[in-house]
Amino acid sequence: MKNSLIALSKDAVSSLRDLAPIVLVIAVFQGFVIQQPVHGFLSLVFGALLVVAGLTFFIFGLRIALFPIGEEIAHSLARKGSAVWLFSFAFVLGFGTTIAEPALMAVAGEAAKVAVDAGAIENNEEAIANYALGLRLVVALSVGVALMLGVFRILTNWSLPLMIISGYILVVVVTAVAPSEIVGIAYDSGGVTTSTVTVPLVAALGVGLASSLKGRNPMTDGFGLIAFASLTPILFVLVYGIIMQWI
Amino acid sequence: MDLILEALKFVLNSAKDIAPIVFFLFVFQLLVLRERIPNVNQVLVGFAFVTVGLGLFLVGLEQTLFPLGRLMAQQLTNPEFLHEVSGNSGDSLAWQDFYWVYLFAAATGFATTLAEPALKAVSLKANAVSGGAIGVWGLRVAVAIGAGFGVALGCFRIVTGLPLHYFIAAGYLIVVIQTAMAPRIIVPLAYDSGGVTTSTVTVPLVAALGLGLAEAIDGRSPLLDGFGLVAFTCLFPIISVLAYGQLAVLRQNKAFNGEQKADLREEEDHAL
Repeated sequence: MKNSLIALSKDAVSSLRDLAPIVLVIAVFQGFVIQQPVHGFLSLVFGALLVVAGLTFFIFGLRIALFPIGEEIAHSLARKGSAVWLFSFAFVLGFGTTIAEPALMAVAGEAAKVAVDAGAIENNEEAIANYALGLRLVVALSVGVALMLGVFRILTNWSLPLMIISGYILVVVVTAVAPSEIVGIAYDSGGVTTSTVTVPLVAALGVGLASSLKGRNPMTDGFGLIAFASLTPILFVLVYGIIMQWI
Repeated sequence: MDLILEALKFVLNSAKDIAPIVFFLFVFQLLVLRERIPNVNQVLVGFAFVTVGLGLFLVGLEQTLFPLGRLMAQQLTNPEFLHEVSGNSGDSLAWQDFYWVYLFAAATGFATTLAEPALKAVSLKANAVSGGAIGVWGLRVAVAIGAGFGVALGCFRIVTGLPLHYFIAAGYLIVVIQTAMAPRIIVPLAYDSGGVTTSTVTVPLVAALGLGLAEAIDGRSPLLDGFGLVAFTCLFPIISVLAYGQLAVLRQNKAFNGEQKADLREEEDHAL
């Protein structure tokens, strides 16, 4: 119990540290550059407290529940060496963690609101929820595929730069035919997927796999999974935009 | 009372979001690996924390980071404010009159990235795996400079309304050229550092800043121009980390004074 409290307060400190630079930069700009009163100051402070409390609980829970199990499964599967289960686990891990990614929920919600304002979708709760959920499902699917690709690369030892660069060439080509409303959202979704939930588990999978295979260097082979997870969402969301245009 | 109901709704929703990953992990542990779940009680308590935490976080986000990002964008693009700081009293504003926007964007990108815990963890790991050759602070500052520059350039793009994909394509072209020239050992790390920079707190603020800018500036549409800032924040750290690797090689080549050209590739790896 005492240990948990210490761990919890450590997470609280790190959440505060996450928010501190933002508060500092905004305070400096408000104080010295803009010099105007901020409306709803109290609600901002209250919201910031909720953000810190929420992030603290979230990370603490991940640390005592999700991370230990996830890492153990990643290591056991890497030792077991069954390619089929490794691929299915990689996909499931990518899909599941991305659906649970808070930053993606936030951005998908904003994207839906913007789409309503621009008249791209109907202005009712169901249409908005469907748009946001569709976006999240596509991104989650793409991260699942990304991790499968990453595991495949570690197993086969293909060149990372070559795969990534051809991926981005593909992105440029698909951008040319995609509807322009989706391009910005697609490019952003690449960066949104890889934060709190995904990175630690994915890193555990990559480094565990690279260190249990002979002749692989955890430095050059363990990293690189996240690079795939930043690339495929762009591609998948662009294609999603193209398909939605036809329907 | 409304707030409590709202929070409850968010918590219920977040339970639905957490459910898939919990289900999959249990299936793998129990059915594929056929092992018992260690510390079942701790795991259940942990998932309760995850669910409640996610709910509270999203409620707080709606109230804080989104409005703040928009507010900053609106205030920094307010015509009165712009005329005052630029001394430009005419009706038309040129892109350089928005310099406070760029400064704010750069400061936000730089500061949030430097404080990013995930980046610190990756730097420590890279330092250990490279045998101390990749400096912890060197890498963090390189990524932070990249992120700051990325957000600022992204704001410049929104202000001028230039197409997003030109910038992205040009950026990745630079990455391709750098990849060919940079020491091999830094390449995977550089590619990953793009994704690592964008934390759960930074993404919503940066996204809101972009949308706010697109709403506030005449002739820009949030749907067409508002997105893309997060993509810039991910792209430029790759360039700056690769450049960091190239600089280390250049410095070493100078020190070696052009000798020992043989095994250059290996030398480069040691330079980091």
